[in-house]
Amino acid sequence: MKLQEFTTSSHNFEECMKCTVCTVYCPVLQVNPLYPGPKQAGPDGERLRLKDPYFFNYALKYCMNCKRCEVSCPSGVHVADLIQAARIKYDRSAPKLRDRILASTDFMGSLARPVAPVVNAVTGLGITRAVLDSTLKIDHRRVFPKYSGRSFERWLRRREKQQAAFEEQVAYFHGCYVNYNYPRLGKDLVKVMNALGVGVQLLEREKCCGIALITNGMSAQAAKNAAHNLDSIRKAVTGKGLKVVTTSSTCTLTIREEYPNLLGQDNADVKASILTAARFICEKIEKGATLRFRPDFHKKVAYHTPCHMEKMGWGIFSEKLLRMIPGLELTILDSNCCGIAGTYGFKKENYEYSQAIGEPLFRQIREVNPDSVACDCETCKWQIEMSTGYTVENPISLLAQALEDDEEK
Amino acid sequence: MKTNEFDVIIIGGGITGAGTQRDCAMRGLRTLLIERSDIATGATGRNHGLLHSGARYAVNDPESAEECIKENMILRQIASHCVEETDGLFITLPEDDLGYQKTFVDACRRAGIDAEIIDPDLARRLEPSVNPELIGAVKVPDGSVDPFRLCAANMLDAKLHGGQVRLHTEVTGFIKEGDTIVGVHTRNVQTGEEADYFAPVTVNACGIWGQHIASMAGVRIGMFPAKGALLIFAHRVNNMVINRCRKPSNADILVPGDTVCVIGTTSTRIPFEECDNVSVLPDEVDLLITEGAKLSPSLSSTRILRAYAGVRPLVSADDDPTGRNISRGIVCLDHEVRDGLKGLVTITGGKLMTYRLMAEQATDLVCRKLDIAKACETATTPLPGSEEKSYESVAQKIWESPSTAQKAAAARLGTSASRIRTENRSEDALVCECEEVSLSEIGNALARLEVSTLTDLRRRTRVGMGTCQGGFCACRAAGILGQAHGCIERAREDLADFMQERWKGNFPIGWGDTLREAEYTQWIYKHVLGL
Repeated sequence: MKLQEFTTSSHNFEECMKCTVCTVYCPVLQVNPLYPGPKQAGPDGERLRLKDPYFFNYALKYCMNCKRCEVSCPSGVHVADLIQAARIKYDRSAPKLRDRILASTDFMGSLARPVAPVVNAVTGLGITRAVLDSTLKIDHRRVFPKYSGRSFERWLRRREKQQAAFEEQVAYFHGCYVNYNYPRLGKDLVKVMNALGVGVQLLEREKCCGIALITNGMSAQAAKNAAHNLDSIRKAVTGKGLKVVTTSSTCTLTIREEYPNLLGQDNADVKASILTAARFICEKIEKGATLRFRPDFHKKVAYHTPCHMEKMGWGIFSEKLLRMIPGLELTILDSNCCGIAGTYGFKKENYEYSQAIGEPLFRQIREVNPDSVACDCETCKWQIEMSTGYTVENPISLLAQALEDDEEK
Repeated sequence: MKTNEFDVIIIGGGITGAGTQRDCAMRGLRTLLIERSDIATGATGRNHGLLHSGARYAVNDPESAEECIKENMILRQIASHCVEETDGLFITLPEDDLGYQKTFVDACRRAGIDAEIIDPDLARRLEPSVNPELIGAVKVPDGSVDPFRLCAANMLDAKLHGGQVRLHTEVTGFIKEGDTIVGVHTRNVQTGEEADYFAPVTVNACGIWGQHIASMAGVRIGMFPAKGALLIFAHRVNNMVINRCRKPSNADILVPGDTVCVIGTTSTRIPFEECDNVSVLPDEVDLLITEGAKLSPSLSSTRILRAYAGVRPLVSADDDPTGRNISRGIVCLDHEVRDGLKGLVTITGGKLMTYRLMAEQATDLVCRKLDIAKACETATTPLPGSEEKSYESVAQKIWESPSTAQKAAAARLGTSASRIRTENRSEDALVCECEEVSLSEIGNALARLEVSTLTDLRRRTRVGMGTCQGGFCACRAAGILGQAHGCIERAREDLADFMQERWKGNFPIGWGDTLREAEYTQWIYKHVLGL
């Protein structure tokens, strides 16, 4: 008899064997009984939603989109994608003002940047947080990231010529956080790249990768950002033959995976050229490039792999990078979610869950008691710094600190 | 009055028997229904679950077509929680004769079926899974109907009207007084307990098995068993019924029903002795996939959940003992008139769609015999659960913000879902995750719907019908049944039977993900549970 050659279903939901491993690995389900869990919300719920969108369950909003269910799935089901796709397709509730504000990272960034000291002072005030809590339901216990007075884009543009002098070039997708809040990380990347003999350039124009828009119910806007970013990335990759590097694990995952899987933006032609800086550097060093390290560098570091990095399977490159640094004493923290998941943990209704999810990680960090925690994700950084008091640094920044200073840039 | 005396005994717990019991009970008769297995185990539960508009029969059998469309409209009203009003398409493919479309639509209109020729583009938009190559499309008021639910609701209503039900009880012989049947000897197949029941009229509503029952009474009915095989796909590919607009043939109906869709059927004559044990053959699976993919190309790459087969209860007309002149219409036989045997009525032939009309005809005959004048009300009185039309409003009235499982329960139970509202969250725990069946929904089935085995439970709740095919839910449900019946050994045997029955449906399509699933289930049962 003839067997079917293959079976297909959207996000592979029919591959689900119901084994329930994802349910065991879901950090939300451990702390929040209102969440149906990835199997229910994903492949099981999908069969009912196909019957009638009425079966959509609004409790799917509790999904953090951490993708740990996908990492654990032995059958290759894109569980989190299914859940996010269902939210995109069936959630008819308009995003709240709060969610619009939280999701508009680049808009808020460009508003806040010129008056950064004022914004930083105001958001730090107890009264401001109390007001935000009661009006917008942004939890008052949450610490806001500080805005920077000068954007990273502006800083790098001033060094355009100097960077262009390097024979080898790379394009940098810096993300909103580096641009508006923490240009320091971008500068560290430039320092490391330059030390490898590589010049850094901006993409023609970069918008927020869109992850916060997706998870806050604004996927149409996210798709626009995606189309825009892919256009810029294409100009760099196919036009100039460059690789595009990133320093944020979530931006990377979004551009590589969420664009085609959730936003219908095909990126097959450029996907292989979008890498974390850590991976780019590792590959370069494997091919013989060398870095000169300070002999006196010493730091005890604990590395936390962000969930989205785990999903890509690229934590290994950041780890390798850190192990390269002489004088760096490295502990790899257990695989745990920090609980913030971007804008998720800012929301009042999620705050307690968010902190409960992160607790095992916080406990281990306290036990290890490192000089600093290394991590490739900005929101993990906010969460860990706020919840443990330990400083969190991107592996690229640690690498930059450990390099022998040839000249001050 | 003795407890074993009734006005009418109905043999057969298919939809015809359950419908007849309901009708009789609503007319005030004391009724007993006897079924050797469970409700809906024969042809009732082994078909497409298609709520025919009658269009399929319009050209060749206008009488059936008219019956279908009338009953179709009635079932939408009285059985709303068993029916999905999906509408259907009759598509013409390039290899078909587009000229047939006009013949078809004319015949539909003559039968009173609202058939509308629509643009193929509109058809592609209405039903994105349809074969995009189609060159013609007709929209008809087809739908889908859940036969298990329909059967259970009829049985429940009969019980609410004082009817009694004996499932897993077989008729071992008739009690005759002269030329009159006055009762039946029975034996419970689970316990071996024997009992006699008496009534002035007995209705033989055993479908294909009616031949056997009739011969027990000493009369002859010639049934012509025709096997039909079907495949269940693991999720809904289509949301409208898709048919081919041509002379009815093999595998040309794709019906969405609940969380799955079903393609069928084939048609093969089989000997009567094989009726109890039909299986699906590789050729039939090939045919179903190949022809099914012509209706909806994605079927060729969609996971298949099960294969199953049923036997159509076709009856040869009395004046044609050769069987050439087979009727698909309703056959209601008064054996007093036909064979000189008083007290026995046979209702057979017909279709799931026309069960209510069959029940009405049989009940009319029973009432004439008992000299009862009450008119039939089944065409206007909703079944229990169908008092409200949409499951959305049902769920919204019961729960403030219903979960998916609660919504699913409302869709399955209709207004009866109010019985599963609990104050205790642990009662909301899911037993069956694929179909979202909660502990309290199972409790409801145990309390009201005559459940003695896991398979019985499946027919009433959908436990074990989902993607895992019982892997996760069957053992949980077995625990609940074991507790309810106070016998662990019985529950263990029941579980083994249930899993064997699930595997029977997986076996003919045992490849790919279905095979992985079965392997996985085997590990759980063998190595984790040690069974």
